[in-house]
Amino acid sequence: MFDSSTIIVGLEIGTSKVCAVVGEMNAEGTLNIVGLGQSRSRGVRKGEICDAPKAEEDIRNAIVEAEQMADVEIRSVYLGVTGGHVRGFNNRGVHPVVSADREISEDDVQDVIKNAKTINLPAQNHVIHAIRQHFLVDGQDGITNPVGMLGSRVEVDVHVVHGHLNRLQNAIRCVKGLQLEVDEIVFTGLASSLALLTNEQKELGALVIDIGGGTTEYVVYADGVIKHVGVLAVGGDHVSNDLAYGLKVPLGRAEQLKIEQGSAVVSEDCKGQILTISNEIGLEMKKINLENLRRIMALRLEEIFQLIAQDLESAGLVDYLRAGVFLCGGGSRIPEIAKLAEEVLEMPVTIGKTNSISGLKSALDQPEFATAIGLVKFGSFQQRKRGAKPSIAEGLKNTFGQLFRRP
Amino acid sequence: METPEQTPLTAAPAAAAHSIRLKIFGVGSAGVNMLEPMAALGLPNAVLAAVNIDAASLLNSGAPEKISLETRLTRGLGTGGDPERGRAAAEQQMAALKAACAGVDVVFIVAGLGGGAGTGISPVLAKAAKESGALVLGFVTLPFDCEGNRRRQQAEEGLEYLKEAADGVICLPNQKLFKLLDENTSVLDTFRHSNELVVEGVAAMSRLITSKGLIEIHFADLCAFLREHQGESCFATVEAAGPTRSREVIDKLLSHPMLDSGKALTDAGAVLVSLIAGTDLTMAEINRVMEHINSKCSRAQVMMGAAVDPSFQERLSVTIVAARQALPAAAKIPAFEREGEHRVEAQEFDTQLHKTPTPRVQSRFVPPAPALTPEKMEQLAGRQAGASRGRKTAPRMRQTQLPLEIVSKGRFDKSEPTIHKGEDLDVPTYIRRGIALN
Repeated sequence: MFDSSTIIVGLEIGTSKVCAVVGEMNAEGTLNIVGLGQSRSRGVRKGEICDAPKAEEDIRNAIVEAEQMADVEIRSVYLGVTGGHVRGFNNRGVHPVVSADREISEDDVQDVIKNAKTINLPAQNHVIHAIRQHFLVDGQDGITNPVGMLGSRVEVDVHVVHGHLNRLQNAIRCVKGLQLEVDEIVFTGLASSLALLTNEQKELGALVIDIGGGTTEYVVYADGVIKHVGVLAVGGDHVSNDLAYGLKVPLGRAEQLKIEQGSAVVSEDCKGQILTISNEIGLEMKKINLENLRRIMALRLEEIFQLIAQDLESAGLVDYLRAGVFLCGGGSRIPEIAKLAEEVLEMPVTIGKTNSISGLKSALDQPEFATAIGLVKFGSFQQRKRGAKPSIAEGLKNTFGQLFRRP
Repeated sequence: METPEQTPLTAAPAAAAHSIRLKIFGVGSAGVNMLEPMAALGLPNAVLAAVNIDAASLLNSGAPEKISLETRLTRGLGTGGDPERGRAAAEQQMAALKAACAGVDVVFIVAGLGGGAGTGISPVLAKAAKESGALVLGFVTLPFDCEGNRRRQQAEEGLEYLKEAADGVICLPNQKLFKLLDENTSVLDTFRHSNELVVEGVAAMSRLITSKGLIEIHFADLCAFLREHQGESCFATVEAAGPTRSREVIDKLLSHPMLDSGKALTDAGAVLVSLIAGTDLTMAEINRVMEHINSKCSRAQVMMGAAVDPSFQERLSVTIVAARQALPAAAKIPAFEREGEHRVEAQEFDTQLHKTPTPRVQSRFVPPAPALTPEKMEQLAGRQAGASRGRKTAPRMRQTQLPLEIVSKGRFDKSEPTIHKGEDLDVPTYIRRGIALN
């Protein structure tokens, strides 16, 4: 905090890999990525930790690698969370303006946001984000900042992302077990969208689909704000599992086939092609029909997009996506997946680029790092917000808090 | 097995409408215990009888009629949880059982399956009752899962035998009770509750048969209903009072744990609804209740009856018996043998059919049955006949239905399933969509 630059770390505990990205924010507020560490994930299924000791080990490996590369000591992280239990919905808060001159003050805005955040949720649910959308003043829509306007009633829409408290705690506990602090938990879909989208794209309306190992997250931006989020607990693991099942090969081999021979569409030229699988000493083991392989993959991926399309349709958001669809996550590496997505979603689809951030460009511009980079970006926003108004009391609290936080 | 004079359709008219003589047998310790709350209810026209091997339990029972099946076979020690002994004892005293059923139109057999006495005696008693011309309805409980494999298996076998012997069986798997009760319920209360449910069912059924109906369910219809749908049936009784009683009744029914919150109705092949209320029952109420039930079970054949009972002032009681679409089990136990030697045979069947097969990993591939040449068929049939020497009727041959194959979910086997609008997304898409791979 007192340095001229601040270190921000994003940690994503994914189903297939654990990834830590170190960012450095200098005094002017520009963000540079200085380090990256990753490790194969073994203790996670469908985005949620199922084997804590193994997950801890993987997290440690990733963190150590990132520390070495960035040459910093990591004390706290912004932690990405996901899982089939994460849901989002829109909520509206109302606040009457009581001042005599009917001018909306900063306090009124804080109050209305507070009202919007009070949500009736079951006790075991925890609100991960309450993201502000637009204000309404006396029913007039689309106001970004109502301070100073006149009106008798302020309303605000928020998008609330919530999940199961205990299941969110699992990931937090794992990180805390490594003597790391968790600055904040962030929904990974949100993080990915931060990394991929520019402000213009958010304004136009865009859909970000992050196809991970165990889960697929999607986030809809329209008019510059988040309108909808969703998680499907289906991902690349399911593709591998389907292949293992359908082709009757071991899971490891299925994974390899998916990467080497996979494609999201069944093209004409693969019909009738036979692949021969050989074991490690070169003996022929099995013959596999390439068409079957691709058909199994295509059906699964098609289904993922169909489920998303259905969800968006029922949310009535299809017409807002003028910037199109952006894919990221390991699943977006599957050849021709953009073509398949275009067919199903009937929108222009591109593989997202994490170009909204500087530093280590070529190494980092991979779709699977979008989430971790987005986490750093999220962290930088939070730091900037915090840095914006350092009241004395706050500053003291932070200083002492920092001192006492680590025993 | 069925001689004409025993079929319900001929027996029913004989049991002239409202002077039906009903006898309720509590069989085995559980059954005898269940008689007590029934006696307290004071069912009209019903005679209670306790049947057990263990003389001590009979001594404690307040039932007006007691039949002890104590024999040398059991040496005064009860059955020791062995249904074979129960059955043997009951068969020895077949005459006494028949005598007890003489002159009765309807026999209810109430028992807890899984032990020795209830499981063993009930089918024999059902057979005795039927032979003496009565209609037989069984109300049985199945043991809790935690009571162990053996009891469950015995209970299931007993249930099959009872289904063969009786006109209808309504069974209450105790395991379902867990949903009804909270965690702190004591063991005693749990069993009491289970007994209460059975008693409720018996009471509702007997009312259905004996009360003066507005819209009557004919006795023959009832029997036909139970006969046709020999699958597992479940029942629920709910009651409500006050001006909004019909609505309350519907809510209670749809949230009733025995009906799996309405799911049992959706799956049901046939549903029997009986409404009983005081003299203030209105047609609109009947209509409302039936409308809801009909909308829930569009596939089922719904049968309804309504009766007015002055003692039900302001109350409305609805009893639902939902019979699942009959899925004939792959290995159905053949019709209960008529006489002699069946004990030995039954044992044979036990070893043939009910020894748990060596556990195997579920495989999706089901090999086609080998084609049988006529000679081979003859040979097999001959072997079967040889095994069941002395039986007068061959087991009924039935077209069976294979169980739904369950697809293994591979690496997601142990994780929480991803259910989206009722579809398990962990199962490969191509399988769910039924796309064949060449």
